[in-house]
Amino acid sequence: MDSIELARSVRLTALDLCHSKRASHIGGAYSVADILAVLYADVLNISPLTVDNPERDRVFYSKGHACTALYAVLNACGYLKGYDLLKEFTVNGSYFTSHVNHQIPGVELSTGSLGHALGVACGTALALKRKGNAGSVFTIVSDGELDEGSNWESLLAGAHHALDNMILIIDYNKIQSFGSVEEVLALEPLADKLRAFRWQVTEVDGHNHDELRKTLAESSLARNGLPKAIIAHTVKGKGVSFMEGQLAWHYKSPNDADYTRARAELEA
Amino acid sequence: MRNTFINSLCELARAHDDIFLMCGDLGYSVLEPFAEQFPERFLNAGIAEQNMTEMAVGLAREGYNVFTYSIGNFPTLRCMEQIRYDVCYHDANVKIIAVGGGYAYGALGVSHHTTEDIAMLRSIPNMLVTAPADPHEARSIAKYLVSHRGPAYVRLNKAGEPMIHRGEVDVQPGRLITVREGAGVAVLTTGAVLDGAIRQIDEAGRPWAVYSCPMLSAFDTETMCSLARRFDCIVTMEEHQLAGGFGSAVLECLSDLRAQGRIASMPIVRRVGIPNKFIGYAGTQEYLRMKAGVDLGRILENA
Repeated sequence: MDSIELARSVRLTALDLCHSKRASHIGGAYSVADILAVLYADVLNISPLTVDNPERDRVFYSKGHACTALYAVLNACGYLKGYDLLKEFTVNGSYFTSHVNHQIPGVELSTGSLGHALGVACGTALALKRKGNAGSVFTIVSDGELDEGSNWESLLAGAHHALDNMILIIDYNKIQSFGSVEEVLALEPLADKLRAFRWQVTEVDGHNHDELRKTLAESSLARNGLPKAIIAHTVKGKGVSFMEGQLAWHYKSPNDADYTRARAELEA
Repeated sequence: MRNTFINSLCELARAHDDIFLMCGDLGYSVLEPFAEQFPERFLNAGIAEQNMTEMAVGLAREGYNVFTYSIGNFPTLRCMEQIRYDVCYHDANVKIIAVGGGYAYGALGVSHHTTEDIAMLRSIPNMLVTAPADPHEARSIAKYLVSHRGPAYVRLNKAGEPMIHRGEVDVQPGRLITVREGAGVAVLTTGAVLDGAIRQIDEAGRPWAVYSCPMLSAFDTETMCSLARRFDCIVTMEEHQLAGGFGSAVLECLSDLRAQGRIASMPIVRRVGIPNKFIGYAGTQEYLRMKAGVDLGRILENA
């Protein structure tokens, strides 16, 4: 499956999950869907058979609330053999919690409390360097979660220890829980802040697969003493016209009518 | 005991090449030998305990047995959620070392009084809470932890504690170490208050039994049943708030044993600790213990 098809599949599965289980956060799942699709289709050196291989790339998915996108990509890529995601998601006794869970194959770290994964990624990146391991360490964070001070501790550490095997991807959809990022707690000028923290910063269209592929591949290879930050400009709810840029889809789960309309748009 | 613990870790790191030591920019004149001998397994994480704890999890995931080191509340309460979610939920091989348990940094003020840590840490699943009473216990705990897989917390006092045991002790989670046999009253302590307890009992000439509990965990229930049968009164002592601490753990255990019918009656439990207050003024550790009531004075008067 190429990355375009994979992204479409991720959005459809996330739609199914959010609709059938009345789950939230479809907006954030859609803003990150293309990033995940390009990573899993074209960039990462992991497969369902190598989830424990020490040489694999590590992916820390910090925006654990947008779990449907990660579960969907793992499902489409064959990591969830023996599981029935659509049936098991959030049901009693299932490890498919609605914040991602490391009990699920392919999930490196449970997240859901924001601002934890980047520091774990720093420790992982340091360990790989000290052990002479060539794997790359990817961390996907949301924009709103950069409010958490712990991230800025980790940004200091990543640069100080020259963790150039780290690639931070910011899903910058400009909307957080209670309003726009600029209204709630402004991040701008974000690129300048990250550069001032001594990260190599690239800004991309987070829905343009060619741009994502090129930047992710280059960032993964460049061992130049600098950790990499990719600011992916995205649209919350991307792919479904009535969800795009709408705060409400941080919370709402699609009703039957929403579901039918969204499905038609995604399959068009 | 701080130096004993760190020196033990340093010795153990020669044979155990997975030991990794991180500090939160504290440990001047203590950690240098480790840093010099094992630079590839040492990291000063800066004054950033949340990130230090997260990085420890990252390192542990790749095979290291990571020890984080700082003063009292900083590697513990400051980053409690990292401990709960990243360390304990993932059962990561991370050990947290806090120096300055209780009022060891007395004159430094409430910021440095470490008096709620046991309650908070012992409530988290997978966490093994330890608090040595003397340098022998500190060394024994260090040895235990290099082969213990999973989270642990080491509550160190600071310096100058006398040797109480004759040598290393067999520390195990939930095990009581017999300091002396006795009758009538059993005194159970955790951490560095043991020395003061023994001195007060000796001065009063009481024949009481004394036990040290360096590893708080599910207590060995056989031992607790035996204590309940042999003693009418159990005294617990800790340099920690009474709410949720060591005395609470003992009470919980005895109450459960009573509820399960494994003991016919509950002994009287008298808890010595800090009665739910901050002490905002300066003082030596001994002075602040006295002001907080962390001694056996009232117990000796009434028993």
